[in-house]
Amino acid sequence: MRFFVRRTVFYAITFWAAMTINFFIPRLMPGDPVSALIAANQGKISPDAIDALKALFGLDENTTLWQQYVTYWAHLFQGDLGISFSGREPVVDILARSLPWTIGLVGIATIISFTIGTLAGVAIGWRRGTRADILLPISTFFSTVPYFWLALVVIAVFAVRLGWFPASGSYDRSMVPNLSWEFVGSVVYYGTLPALTIVVTSVSGWILGMRNMMVTVSSDDYVTVAQAKGLPERTVMLGYAARNAILPQLSSFALSLGFIVGGTLVMETVFSYQGIGYQLLKATSAKDYPLMQGCFLVITLAVLFANVIADFAYGVLDPRTRQEG
Amino acid sequence: MAAELVTTETTQVGTEQTAPTGTKRRFLWMRNTKALTGFGILAFFALIAAIGPWIAPYDPDERSSDLLQPPSWEHWMGTTHLGQDVMSQVILGTRSVLLIAFVAGFLATFIGVVVGITAGYVGGFGDEGLSALSNVFLVIPQLPLIIIIAGMLPSAGGLTVAVVIAITGWAWGARVLRAQTLSLRKRDFVEAARANGERTWRLILAEILPNLTAMIAAGFVGTVSFAVLSQITLSFIGITPTDTWNWGTVLYWAQAQLALQRGAWWWYMFPGLCIALVGISLTLINFGIDEFVNPRLRSTGLNAKTLRRRGIRPRIGFTPVVHEAKEDRA
Amino acid sequence: MSAQPVSPAAPHARGRGADPVLEIRNLSVDYGYDEPTHVLRQVSLTLNRGEVLGLAGESGCGKSTLAYAATRLLPPPGLITGGEVIFTDRDGTQRDILTLDDRALRASRWQDLAIVFQGAMNSLNPVHRIGRQIADAITAHRPGMKKPEALEKAAELLDLVGINPDRARDYPHQLSGGMRQRVMIAMALALDPQVLIMDEPTTALDVVMQRQIVEQIADLRERLGFSVVFITHDVSLLIEIADRIAIMYAGEIVEDAAALDVYRAPRHPYADGLLHSFPPLRGPRRELGGIPGSPPDLASLPTGCPFRDRCAHAFDACAAIQPELVPSAVPGDDPARRVACHLHTPALVEAAGFSPRLLPPALTHPAP
Repeated sequence: MRFFVRRTVFYAITFWAAMTINFFIPRLMPGDPVSALIAANQGKISPDAIDALKALFGLDENTTLWQQYVTYWAHLFQGDLGISFSGREPVVDILARSLPWTIGLVGIATIISFTIGTLAGVAIGWRRGTRADILLPISTFFSTVPYFWLALVVIAVFAVRLGWFPASGSYDRSMVPNLSWEFVGSVVYYGTLPALTIVVTSVSGWILGMRNMMVTVSSDDYVTVAQAKGLPERTVMLGYAARNAILPQLSSFALSLGFIVGGTLVMETVFSYQGIGYQLLKATSAKDYPLMQGCFLVITLAVLFANVIADFAYGVLDPRTRQEG
Repeated sequence: MAAELVTTETTQVGTEQTAPTGTKRRFLWMRNTKALTGFGILAFFALIAAIGPWIAPYDPDERSSDLLQPPSWEHWMGTTHLGQDVMSQVILGTRSVLLIAFVAGFLATFIGVVVGITAGYVGGFGDEGLSALSNVFLVIPQLPLIIIIAGMLPSAGGLTVAVVIAITGWAWGARVLRAQTLSLRKRDFVEAARANGERTWRLILAEILPNLTAMIAAGFVGTVSFAVLSQITLSFIGITPTDTWNWGTVLYWAQAQLALQRGAWWWYMFPGLCIALVGISLTLINFGIDEFVNPRLRSTGLNAKTLRRRGIRPRIGFTPVVHEAKEDRA
Repeated sequence: MSAQPVSPAAPHARGRGADPVLEIRNLSVDYGYDEPTHVLRQVSLTLNRGEVLGLAGESGCGKSTLAYAATRLLPPPGLITGGEVIFTDRDGTQRDILTLDDRALRASRWQDLAIVFQGAMNSLNPVHRIGRQIADAITAHRPGMKKPEALEKAAELLDLVGINPDRARDYPHQLSGGMRQRVMIAMALALDPQVLIMDEPTTALDVVMQRQIVEQIADLRERLGFSVVFITHDVSLLIEIADRIAIMYAGEIVEDAAALDVYRAPRHPYADGLLHSFPPLRGPRRELGGIPGSPPDLASLPTGCPFRDRCAHAFDACAAIQPELVPSAVPGDDPARRVACHLHTPALVEAAGFSPRLLPPALTHPAP
């Protein structure tokens, strides 16, 4: 149990640190972005929003930094992330609207990618020097290009040229979102290209990581012992080699989540997919600071949460962590 | 001389040929075709970056009447909607891509080395604190953080972007180096040096740092490729100034001017391939370093064809048998 | 214990060629595929039923390689380039392990020949309970057996090696080093094998634990009647438990004789040096010597006898011709005793045009 306690403490600290960074970023910015913004949008920003902006950047001179910090946390716990001044609606509402799309798309695509990549890595790592090795350079190529660039190519080929899938959006706009099969079908149809992009770009990392772990683990003594025992090939490969190789693979899954999520955010823009990334970039170009911060906060929370799950899975799979912590 | 009889046998028959020393070490480097190919590609782009302004056929900003033309003899990579030459933009963009990436890589590696070695060497509370810090930075998604910081800055020029990338991207290197330093610190030769009363900084510089070279190099290469992707992403979403050329800016204009819908594939294809090539070169270099550090990953040195011809399939638990030896004994 | 008939009582048939259970003939092994190092060259060795055969030599002389190659467990880039490994079953049928296909080899493994690997620390799968790891060997070879039954058998085996059967539910990291080694022994005995290869089973343990394990092995062999190949660099340990000892040097066997003969009257200069590097556990003390220099680099072996650079008795012939493993030249020696040294083959030396040397007194002590 000590393992889980330690991890919980760690995530609490990480959460606190991320939120604190979020608090300080606008305050550390040089110059006076708010005045510049107000000047640029003469009369278009409501007085309320100006106050909120001043509070956000710590320009309110009547309060100390500590008071601001306390207020920041109080607002956080109340779920108050301010008002988006471009959309003039609470940031929380925008986030609540966008988050499910990102989690659905990125979550499912990442799980598919991880599963395929890990299985392929097991096979390639176990039988080195076979024709399957050709997969390595191909997938390496796709892993080195940015998500958004592959998104451009995928759209050009499958949407513009072949017309198989829509080039943008997340569902057929003529439909009203509901839980019918028809609507779900539309969501899947629109989500195919973005998901494909994520899978193709990220799968190579999993293949390569798992392959390398399989190669490393395969020369461990207990794999030789398993072969010496005359166990069936499948048992040795899965129960001994892959079962141990998956552990570091899970750790790196946790660690690369932030990277993957970061990459997919920009890809959402290319597809005009109405997730968090789309909102973040829209907010960034509109200098909608409250929304930017809200997006960052939610993304960080989501990644933290996924990390917790990956860690938990690790703890379940590795008996050693359960004991020593 | 009885000590000549080693009391513990090397554990694995299979992994005996590890870490050769001295000249042999350097020789191995040179033999690694992956790393060599990577260095070759990277050198090519470095050359382009250096002499770009002299070899670019056109002024990248110059408009012409060849609007949105596919690749031709006049414009090898086609033209933009304003008739600008894409190839010139790509060539002139190389310098900023590589420069920012390497500056970011150096800075991040420097932070990583300092934090990692300090944490690993001092241990105790200092270690706990520094490890927690790097773990926090590892978990927080970097790209959104970079976007937020760069997006709030009044201007996000080249150096600023490099610094922001370095500030967010040092943690991985620090973590790996900390673990390695920790294990090095307990090795005999370090203990011996410490017992001899060597000063701490000398110990770190002379005994520990040289043994971390491969890892530092790997971390550096990894950060550089992360920095390439990050800054291109920043340019693509229009956070960095859109009038200084780099590959991301080219893509930004391609996206903004609907190159996709107009079927102008050359506009985004060539910059993308350049990104991929640089990425691949860095990945290859890292493969080389990986195989150098972990001999188990090293391919057996023979091409698969020769092995197949001899009927050898190397695998764990089933040693191949070929009847090639001369049976010259009774 | 198993469905097979128990081996006929032949616990101490320390006979000469009487009843071989494992015969290694001319086994050659390379290391590396493109620029191979010949790590074993034409090695022949016979293990008789019920016998404990000790395999000794310095590190890197090829003892472990011999064991791994004979079972085809040598990892890449190991390559067996020639020879035969004949296993004789209880009913007399013979098979060459090197020519078996994957399926037959899997079926034969652990059943005919089990191995206790060096370093029990890494030999157990860290993520499975030890009971399960013993049981999966059983279920793999006894398809009819249900899992609970196999687990029960695993618990019995743990009991057999002196571990509380309740610990079957422990993970390897919960056990001490000595216990893990016992678990490996229990695991090796799971299918009542006819041959047990033990590769430095006690090296990582402290002296007290070493003694316990060695006594346990001797005791179990008494009860179960398997044959043992015991690999160690510790010759004095071998003298206590082995019936016969083969001494290896640079990928070849240089002396092969009854344990007491080797101990009291070594015939090869290397065997003599090796014996003088360890204090005897019992019996009269003797002067501790040692062997100057270190084993040769197998990648660039000199011509002739590989030991000649370190040998006090080397003469001109040693550099020119390679010694063969032949019967000892000392009158009155056991005729099955073999040694690879030119001091024992004056006729061969003369035929090659050199003048033979007389055996030095140190190598002609009368055999007991």
